[in-house]
Amino acid sequence: MYTPHTARDVEEMLRAVGVTSLDELVRVPDAVAVKAPLDLVPQLSEIEIAARFDDFARATSAGAYLSFLGAGAYRHYVPPVIGALAMRGEFLTSYTPYQAEVSQGYLQAIYEWQTYVALLTGLDVANASVYDGATAVAEAAIVAINATGRRAVLVSQAVHPNYRAVLRTYAAGLDIAVDELPYGAAGNTDFSALERLLADQRYAAVIVQTPNFFGCIDAPPRAAVTAIKATQTLLIGVTAEALALAALATPASWGADIAAGEGQSFGNAVAYGGPHVGFLATTSEQLRRIPGRLVGRTVDRDGRTAYVLTLQAREQHIRRERATSNICTNQAHCALIATIYLAALGKTGLRDVAAHNLVQAAALRAAVTALDGYAPRFSAPVFNEFVLRVPGNAAATLAALRQRGIVGGLDLGRFYPELADCILMTATELTTAADIERLTAALAESAPEPGRGTIARI
Amino acid sequence: MPAFDTPLIFDGGQDGRANRYVPAAPPLADLLPAALLRDELPLPDNTELDVVRHFTRLSQKTFGIDTVFYPLGSCTMKYNPRINDALANLPALRDLHPFVPDELAQGALAIMWELERSLASLFGMAAFSLNPAAGAHAELTALLIAKAFYKKKGDAGRTTVIVPDTAHGTNPASAAMVGYNVVSLASDERGRVSLDAIRAAAGADTAVCMMTNPNTLGLFEDQIHEIAAVVHAAGGLMYYDGANANALMGNSRPGDMGFDLMHLNLHKTFSIPHGGGGAGAGPVGVAAHLVPFLPVPVVRAAGHDEAGGRWPSDGLTFRLEFDRPDAVGTMRSFWSNFAHVVRALAYCYANGADGLARVSQLAVLNANYIRVAIRDLIDIPYDEINRHEFVASAQSIKRETGVRALDIGKALLDRGYHAPTVYFPLLVPECIMIEPTETESKETLDGFIGALREILIAARELPQSVLDAPVTTAVSRVDETRAARFPDLRWRPPGP
Repeated sequence: MYTPHTARDVEEMLRAVGVTSLDELVRVPDAVAVKAPLDLVPQLSEIEIAARFDDFARATSAGAYLSFLGAGAYRHYVPPVIGALAMRGEFLTSYTPYQAEVSQGYLQAIYEWQTYVALLTGLDVANASVYDGATAVAEAAIVAINATGRRAVLVSQAVHPNYRAVLRTYAAGLDIAVDELPYGAAGNTDFSALERLLADQRYAAVIVQTPNFFGCIDAPPRAAVTAIKATQTLLIGVTAEALALAALATPASWGADIAAGEGQSFGNAVAYGGPHVGFLATTSEQLRRIPGRLVGRTVDRDGRTAYVLTLQAREQHIRRERATSNICTNQAHCALIATIYLAALGKTGLRDVAAHNLVQAAALRAAVTALDGYAPRFSAPVFNEFVLRVPGNAAATLAALRQRGIVGGLDLGRFYPELADCILMTATELTTAADIERLTAALAESAPEPGRGTIARI
Repeated sequence: MPAFDTPLIFDGGQDGRANRYVPAAPPLADLLPAALLRDELPLPDNTELDVVRHFTRLSQKTFGIDTVFYPLGSCTMKYNPRINDALANLPALRDLHPFVPDELAQGALAIMWELERSLASLFGMAAFSLNPAAGAHAELTALLIAKAFYKKKGDAGRTTVIVPDTAHGTNPASAAMVGYNVVSLASDERGRVSLDAIRAAAGADTAVCMMTNPNTLGLFEDQIHEIAAVVHAAGGLMYYDGANANALMGNSRPGDMGFDLMHLNLHKTFSIPHGGGGAGAGPVGVAAHLVPFLPVPVVRAAGHDEAGGRWPSDGLTFRLEFDRPDAVGTMRSFWSNFAHVVRALAYCYANGADGLARVSQLAVLNANYIRVAIRDLIDIPYDEINRHEFVASAQSIKRETGVRALDIGKALLDRGYHAPTVYFPLLVPECIMIEPTETESKETLDGFIGALREILIAARELPQSVLDAPVTTAVSRVDETRAARFPDLRWRPPGP
């Protein structure tokens, strides 16, 4: 129970307060008092709790499978030094650093995170974090809405389906229209209708993702960026795989006004979906529209360098209903983990990891598309994932692989009915040549008989 | 606290000092066309020792619950049990991909289901969703649920959210994110929402009344049942801000008070570490008529409880349900802040229903114990039995000596205590809000009381000593005006 009170403590403290019992202290009107017993999990000792969660872990069998899942959550190598530092109690058990004098360390770490995000995206300024990639996109859209006064956004269908879903949720609250741009034959966003769509200056932002949900590198071509800028529309560049920022042209370099994305790949676990860490970077022009916390560098009374939460007049605890966002608690500790990861890997380590991802994904793609009946669905260059077209349907192929101890990737039919014969496959630096061989052997074994087109569910 | 300077990570490092975590790789230029690649990557390479020393030093310049007593009002800075972190770090859970088929994630789904069910019973709600990432995110979720509820009913005129003046700033900010107007409700002389005030405010335009109970003055809203009846009679919904839930577990339930919607901050009540400002977790709970609107996915159980099964989830199989036509949508990239769900469920197991009730009782005892020990030296505007927190006011001290609430907080830092929350709630001038939590011992409270009394006496006898504080910390008071006027939000590489 983690409470230190002895019977004698309780007695002495009750006397000091001037009441006779704990019940008297917490008495509430009868109409709102708990009367029936509550139906909670039973109380256990720590050793029993550990055993209980070992049971939960055993019932979670995915760990025994070879996995090629990515799609917005990526398993990367995390050096033990990251956890050893991040789990220090001073970091882990601190509150939001409102008391700057006793939070200099954490504040400096967040300032360093803001710098890393700015350097990786090429933009001027980044915030202290938002919840995750999807909410980063929604918050970025709100920045654009506030900057332009327009009430609609245009988002590529090659942006992560869950990010688009969250964008629609937020948009429903604000009565914002969300329209979509299709993807084309190569797997990139199809910008052919863009100029026409932007003509009436209805859209606050165009939202694209690179690498996109299909793994394709999808920075908009120059003509599209020109059309976007010509209509004073903001360009939001989304990144679901932050590692790609270490290798690919920066969002700023191809014209993004806002970079929004997911930083989980920097040292954070996939953890069945969270906590992960959203990032948001933009130009100095949008500084006062940024949501959430910002750390600034200043000086103390004695002229020493000091860090402090700043520009708080944007935030909910000052501005209340006129704040740039309602966000309060963010993902500070996940951002700290990411910062330590970036510091430990450095530019050399990051580039090497990125290169291994490119190499392994290319090897995986070459191996599986060499099999009869399997083909790459799209032709655009990719980073660490790609779409594989299978004979028959993806669900059946994945079920057959599961029988062989493999989670082969994501069934794209889940989000794109027209891609029901496609699997999104991912390789990272943790993918080995043996893993790829195992997958190709399993695919070959489970391939449909020639002419059948589909395979029976096992 | 060490006062030495810690240079930025960007000020150190040298090319050629990279750690060898992965094998050497081919240059990126061999792998992709140059047009697709970035020009440079201006990040430092550091040895692992440099990194360890840098972040260890930064940690040493940071107060945490692990180092000091942290009586921060409305934040519930209780002990964060380490077993919870160990369980969240079990490889089967830590490395579980959110897109694995449900049959490979049964244990994880059972964890989510057991927590949802336990929270529903503990707070008197029909169902909980673990989808939102934090408290404010859950408020937004709940207001979207309300909006969807009225839309489905065809009730287009409900556009107002009633918020007491003691409310957290997130309440009005969340209301604005669903396009609702905010009506602020003045507290009465008892520091509570009066029936007259709510009768005057509630009407045909009322969508939601957002309240916390106990409120941010630490006072139980003893007319909550009647307040809820007024709002319901006007056709509105009642929303419970769970930031103060640590006061009432096992004692009183929001569902029984008449709340239709609520959230919890698992990072407050359920012992999850705050981590310097997150990640949190903000489950949202609803009464039966709002269940269809919960965000997706929700965890569904099939099969039946095995009679006599040892665990609540015995004999059940679970799946994530996405196809719910009335749902408000989804709030985040993936299902929940699952690592925190693990921690919160472990905390429920460590306490059980009786243990959680005792947690709340002792949290209330600790807060009252501090209140009565300082009231001869500082004004307590609502000097009655409070709940898990209470507020004091430094208004008269400021008038007599120039020492403000802020200064008293800074002086505590020098004595090895984190400052209380100051200047919140807004209706109490020079407000000092103290929440000790139940995990602090009488000895710790006595030490804190002694330090606070010493400061309150010094404020009158030697005010400059309080105005100069802190003097033992890594830096002295920080120039916030300069930070806001000349924003320096990042390091920049030296120019050519």
